Amino acid sequence: MYEIRIHSRGGQGGVTAARLIALAAFLDGKHATATPFYGAERRGAPIVAFARIDESPIRTYSQVRSPDLVVVLDRTLVPVIDVLRGLKPGGAVLVNSGHAVALDHMKVHRVDLTGIALDENLVIAGEPVLDTPVLGAIARLGVISLESATKAIAEMFQDPRNVSAAERAYREVLL
Amino acid sequence: MKEIVTANYAVAEAVKQAVPGVIAAYPITPQTEIVERIAQYVARGELACDYIPVESEHSAMAACIGASAVGIRTFTATSSQGLLYMHEMLHWAAGARLPIVMANVNRAVGPPWNVWADHTDSLSQRDTGWLQVYVATAQEAYDTTLMAFRIAEDEEVLLPVMVNLDGFLLSHTMQDLETLEPGTFIPALHLPHAIDTAHPAAYAPLTGPNYYYRFRWEMERSMRAARRVITRVEEDFAGRFGRRYGVTEEYRCEDADILVVAMGTLAKEAEVAVDRLRAEGTPAGVMRLRWFRPFPTLDLAGREVVVIDRDYSFGFGGVLARSIRSTTRAEPFSVIAGLGGQEVTHEDIASFVRERKPGDEFWFGVKGDV
Repeated sequence: MYEIRIHSRGGQGGVTAARLIALAAFLDGKHATATPFYGAERRGAPIVAFARIDESPIRTYSQVRSPDLVVVLDRTLVPVIDVLRGLKPGGAVLVNSGHAVALDHMKVHRVDLTGIALDENLVIAGEPVLDTPVLGAIARLGVISLESATKAIAEMFQDPRNVSAAERAYREVLL
Repeated sequence: MKEIVTANYAVAEAVKQAVPGVIAAYPITPQTEIVERIAQYVARGELACDYIPVESEHSAMAACIGASAVGIRTFTATSSQGLLYMHEMLHWAAGARLPIVMANVNRAVGPPWNVWADHTDSLSQRDTGWLQVYVATAQEAYDTTLMAFRIAEDEEVLLPVMVNLDGFLLSHTMQDLETLEPGTFIPALHLPHAIDTAHPAAYAPLTGPNYYYRFRWEMERSMRAARRVITRVEEDFAGRFGRRYGVTEEYRCEDADILVVAMGTLAKEAEVAVDRLRAEGTPAGVMRLRWFRPFPTLDLAGREVVVIDRDYSFGFGGVLARSIRSTTRAEPFSVIAGLGGQEVTHEDIASFVRERKPGDEFWFGVKGDV
């Protein structure tokens, strides 16, 4: 089973990103679940969401404790939250950032999702959209196929800029 | 069609396909998504039904009772405090023999305020005369909601059915769902005692001591008949659509010396724990109780039993553990875990089994003896 934990702030789309990952994995022919951890969520507060992907039906409903992949949609969370907690040995980290991110000597994959969203004018209520472009970067890591990622996005959102932003993130993520 | 959806969506989809004539509901976390979706279906003309956005849950159930009494298929959904606010009307719906179907998204009861999964809301309504079923996947939520209409409306039953699903853990988790075309699976509702203006009659008038108990016995007779009807409807469903659940769902139970008994998502999590325990050489299995009312006849002879309750009856014990103790000869190890959404992993469940003490009660997370 492949397990993903997404860190974001309320309103940044962490929960939607988890749903999109599950949908893309499902379109890849796998079993998948997306579970948001609902706390006292509100705009700006740190939140986590989880996605699980497996070849067989998923029977666990508890929170992801040892993720294979940690996704951080807001780099300002790095100093305040232990985003690496429980990360599996050999697990991967993907951070939304235009600059190098130092994280406990870990190799960090990064992609400037905020920059891409602003470039593509993908802005809702004054906030850059991060949940759709991040799918492209996750596809590049081999977790889901790019084809299913874009299909999942198109299924949930009508604006074609969501797909083009994801394709850009696929190309631009630094591995 | 196969898709990936939340269990809340799965319930709404099943309701749409069962085509109730009246839906009256009031939103409450974490059930809101169900009634929101249904409202959307009605607004878009995808579901031809009278949708009544009432001002309270008490009124929601009252409106369903009124509609059901004239022989119209009805549905509502609620959670926690909303379910408790309906309490008086729940007794009325069952006593008036109305086949109302309701989804209850299990959520803790306040105070302290808590919106997460807990079974005390529905289990505290266990004596109202409603059938109660607990589901553990989005697919099961969908299939069971469809079956609930058929079971409630069966002339041998004519009692309301409550479909329970764990708040957030299930209601908000996305999983794969295969929808189906119910076709003739749910026939048109025929309520033998429907209000008919051509044949005026008095309903639920003052009934004296010489008669009241007869109505109560009729309810119990139907509850007992419901056991047969549930099996019959499940057989028909399996024959048509290929999925079968049972009154209990058993996982690796055949040769198990130790059974974990639980309801809802905790029992699915327990399957993972059982795989782990088996690998360690402990012959454990999971019995997931689906139908809580009518309570099934369980054969637990010769096995150790670990019961996990996501609920509590103060001054008495875990509702499920006590129910099992009073209907079987088992002396279960009673674990109280998952209250108000308390995180319980398969590792935790495996440790409950490893550290079991038959006859004892253990509150997960509480230090010292309780």
